[in-house]
Amino acid sequence: MSTQSIAWPKSEVGSRPLAERLHEWVTTVDHKRLGILYILYALLLLLVGGAEAAILRIQLIRPLYNFVSPQVFNRMFTMHGTTMIFFVAMPVLFGFANYLIPLMIGARDMAFPRLNAFSFWMTAFGGMLLYFSFVGGDGLYGAGNAPDVGWFAYAPLTAQTFSRGHSTDFWILSLLVSGFGSIGTAINIIATVLCMRCPGMTLGKMPLLAWLNLVMAALVILAVSPLTAAQVMLLVDRYLGGHFFDTQAGGSAVMWMHFFWIFGHPEVYVLVIPAFAFASEIIPVFSRKAIFGYPIMVAATVCIGFISMSVWAHHMFTVGMSSAANTFFVLSTMAIAVPTGIKIFNWLATMWGGQIDFKTPMLFCVAFLFQFLIAGLTGIMLGAAPFNWQLGNSYFVIAHFHYVIVGGILFTLFGAFYYWFPKMSGRMYNETLGKLHFWLFVVGFHLTFDFMHIPGILGMPRRIYTYEPGRGWDIWNLIVTIGVFFQAAGVLVFIVNLLWSRRRGKIAGRDPWDAWTLEWSLPSPPPAYNFATIPEVRSRRPLWDLKHPEDPDWQYE
Amino acid sequence: MSALPLTVPEANSQWNLPARGPVAMYCLIAAEAAIFTIFVVAYIFYIGKSLTGPQPRNVLRVPIFFTVCLLSSSLTIHFAVKLLRSGRLRSFALWWLLTIALGAAFLAGTASEWRHLIYDEGLTIQTNLFGTTYYSLVGLHAFHVTVGLLALGTVAIFALLGYVKQEHAGRAEVLSMYWHFVDVVWIVVFIVVYIVGR
Amino acid sequence: MCRSVHDNGSHSKSGYLSFTTGRTVPRAMHWLLSPTNIFAPASTPAQSIFDLSRFVLIVTGAIFVVVFTLLAYAVVKFRNTHASDGREPAQIYGSTQVELAWTVIPVLIVVVLFLTAARVIAAIQNAARPSNALEVTVVGHQFWWEYRYPSLKIVTANELHIPVSDPAHPTPTYLTLLSADTDHSFWVPRLGGKTDLIPNHPNRMWMDPQEPGLYLGQCAQYCGTQHAKMLLRVYADTPEDFDRWVQEQSRPARVSPAISEGQRIFERTACINCHTIAGTPANGTFGPDLTHLMSRQTIASGSTKNTLANLVAWIYNPEVIKPGSKMPSMGLSTLQAAQIAEYLATLR
Repeated sequence: MSTQSIAWPKSEVGSRPLAERLHEWVTTVDHKRLGILYILYALLLLLVGGAEAAILRIQLIRPLYNFVSPQVFNRMFTMHGTTMIFFVAMPVLFGFANYLIPLMIGARDMAFPRLNAFSFWMTAFGGMLLYFSFVGGDGLYGAGNAPDVGWFAYAPLTAQTFSRGHSTDFWILSLLVSGFGSIGTAINIIATVLCMRCPGMTLGKMPLLAWLNLVMAALVILAVSPLTAAQVMLLVDRYLGGHFFDTQAGGSAVMWMHFFWIFGHPEVYVLVIPAFAFASEIIPVFSRKAIFGYPIMVAATVCIGFISMSVWAHHMFTVGMSSAANTFFVLSTMAIAVPTGIKIFNWLATMWGGQIDFKTPMLFCVAFLFQFLIAGLTGIMLGAAPFNWQLGNSYFVIAHFHYVIVGGILFTLFGAFYYWFPKMSGRMYNETLGKLHFWLFVVGFHLTFDFMHIPGILGMPRRIYTYEPGRGWDIWNLIVTIGVFFQAAGVLVFIVNLLWSRRRGKIAGRDPWDAWTLEWSLPSPPPAYNFATIPEVRSRRPLWDLKHPEDPDWQYE
Repeated sequence: MSALPLTVPEANSQWNLPARGPVAMYCLIAAEAAIFTIFVVAYIFYIGKSLTGPQPRNVLRVPIFFTVCLLSSSLTIHFAVKLLRSGRLRSFALWWLLTIALGAAFLAGTASEWRHLIYDEGLTIQTNLFGTTYYSLVGLHAFHVTVGLLALGTVAIFALLGYVKQEHAGRAEVLSMYWHFVDVVWIVVFIVVYIVGR
Repeated sequence: MCRSVHDNGSHSKSGYLSFTTGRTVPRAMHWLLSPTNIFAPASTPAQSIFDLSRFVLIVTGAIFVVVFTLLAYAVVKFRNTHASDGREPAQIYGSTQVELAWTVIPVLIVVVLFLTAARVIAAIQNAARPSNALEVTVVGHQFWWEYRYPSLKIVTANELHIPVSDPAHPTPTYLTLLSADTDHSFWVPRLGGKTDLIPNHPNRMWMDPQEPGLYLGQCAQYCGTQHAKMLLRVYADTPEDFDRWVQEQSRPARVSPAISEGQRIFERTACINCHTIAGTPANGTFGPDLTHLMSRQTIASGSTKNTLANLVAWIYNPEVIKPGSKMPSMGLSTLQAAQIAEYLATLR
């Protein structure tokens, strides 16, 4: 390579017009750009969903408060849940998967770039449809037609009789549309991982992120489809006079629950498995050790995938199933704790004997470990059916699943943001602001979600817009609400950090973390074609092999 | 680390991974199978539970002829793809068109069956649980047949215009996988609706 | 007859609250307690759940302590102290023995937890029903509770009276749970776990409170706009109190010799289409039975005290007290509302 540099005169042409640059983004099929589009879309909706949560918490700050009407409150909790799951969590995880998988397996793009673009725009459109509901119908008074049936939309509340107007229809249609996008992305991920790995990268040599997203994609295919089917059935009931869930005609409301949770439970593994993937990439690098027990991590994840399809009715313990059915679902729910626990132990063993560097990504991942442990244990409590008969449908459940989604998934997501931000933008984020974000958020998270378990134990059900004084719930609700403001402050610091660092951050170079997977061999940000020459690899950590030729991984694997 | 010599000298030159098209189609088939499973489960659950209205054993006539049409279309499409692989373009087009004709015959059969059920038996999707689940399940299948026929028809037009060549056999095969899936679903629907459910 | 909300049980002289099982709780912890505390069981199913929950908490607590300690230790001990000047630590790829250990131990824990839970499921769900159990049919409505006592021929609403059960000669109450519209859930934490009310899917549950008193709860399955104010009030009465209550409820409505203006308006307006007052033309079942309205301490499904002023306000415009309630404002004047309230106030 020539070392002679050529001096170019300063270019007379200004940067391309905004319209042209926007057009390029709107029509892109590049996995990196689509990944960033997914991530930005999700970030925007994270703020919206967070605002909805803030409204909920302010209304509940004290008993019999009147911050919003019950109609608005019921729309807020429905929109909060639907937004966060379908238009924040899934898009952001798909975004990272899209961005990272081809880079990590040595490919130039996903298997089907145009399908990729189609999937993103379907998801985006679904979200827009959901939010359009605010302005339909009665207009903004009472928040228009925004869905108010809860994010799991139980029958027969969603029948025409009990939900006149279009709130349920917006819920159904927006999720149907984005569901097609999700299935498209899942197909793309599976085809990419199975068909586009670079030479030498057998399935046993791919980064854990690729493996875990493969399992996640398989779950999406098997789980989102039942939701699609159930929603079509609901549309048939509402518009064609069908009776799928029409109890007056002998139909079954419980059947909706079964169909929904056959989707709903694997869905939460769809969300958490990519979070595990982030932890599995970040923890080794910042502990300076290879992941402990790679084959077991893969096997455990596959097990989790399989078992997750058999636990769904633990969301229905109070519905009146037979004792045999209840017992079966206790067994399967407890069983899934085993491979999940194994993963925690493997991460622990990865850190053990290492040299842990507490940069911001690692801070978030360490907090994840503690918090996911607690989330898993409250999950075991909820899995013991009789205990569930008390704790189910109460604030204990809300505390549990937010512990998983916020304490587990969002924390590793923040870790992933900080870890891969240098690769995506070419610049380092500000470490001080990153740590400030972490501490603000951790304090807020624990204030809100630790104390939220208590009202559940003291008998507070979920989805209530207000509550009686004298139940002993007041002080806990107050503390829970206060925590929200710390979390909001943390997220604000995060956004400021991203915006500032994009322009002013230190140039990152190819490999700021001294990491070991293929994406760190590319310039930051990578060129459109990713790899000039498709690499060939011989172990799970190709860059470790290059940096340690005397001690390469492939001698030990 | 500017130019990374990631190529390892002794690496093997044989690196065979599955083709993307069939993998994607298998995934799509898995997703569709999951959707159909839910409709089949609903159908089975509601067998015998209709409170009023026509019951299956009174109104359903087993559609043997149209089932044979659809299942033979799997055979014809299989031959068509084989012919395309060996470069026999004219024969391929013939068998491909035959597949479409058989698929269209099946749809016509479904249409005539529905006409009989609606006008002669008074069974609609609103009538009772049987009506709701029957029309939804058979309708969903018919919808997939229709989409399949549109795809097959598009290929037929390209074939007749001379654009389909031997190297496109892989893509034709992927499409035929979808068609085989549609047939397998019909076998399941047939057994559940016309045999078990009656 | 009915004790106050915060009276959870008998008081012993030493300043402790004692619960039915004799387990005592220091009064200093009273501020943590609540009338709907799941850890303050007052009935056998709630007690079984409480016992199971303690076991589960102990096991999960132990797991937490062990893993938390290991994590905390790792995080502190293996901090990068920059002492090894850039050399990477020993790379350990796995260990079959360790993996086996931390697979087998969790499996054993899971088996134990599963068996314990299975036993309690059977104990509660498959409990043998004694022949002298009281049967009550609960029908959930948007947003109130209907109670029918088939053997006693009583129909009432929103306040459930059941007899206490003597452990020596148990007289539990069995509830059959139905729904007239959407899904609801019956949750009185101190008396038992919650069970849903789902249309076309009858459910059963039972309870046997051993201490007389008022037990609170509320609907625990989102059922629409006013899910939050579909409150539950269960009065566990001593045998004498229960008999007296049954007799009161079995009497027909008090009929005054002269028909009041309020009664006239009531019977002229659509009120009679939704409400029943036994012995009068009012025989609607969409809304609560009002025959013995004055025997109840609350109206609007427990959310409002049953006083004359509240009655007037409720009748005049239910939206103000319970926005989204299914009872419409009938466009009455305040005078008419007051007259109806006066009439209803005679329905003891």
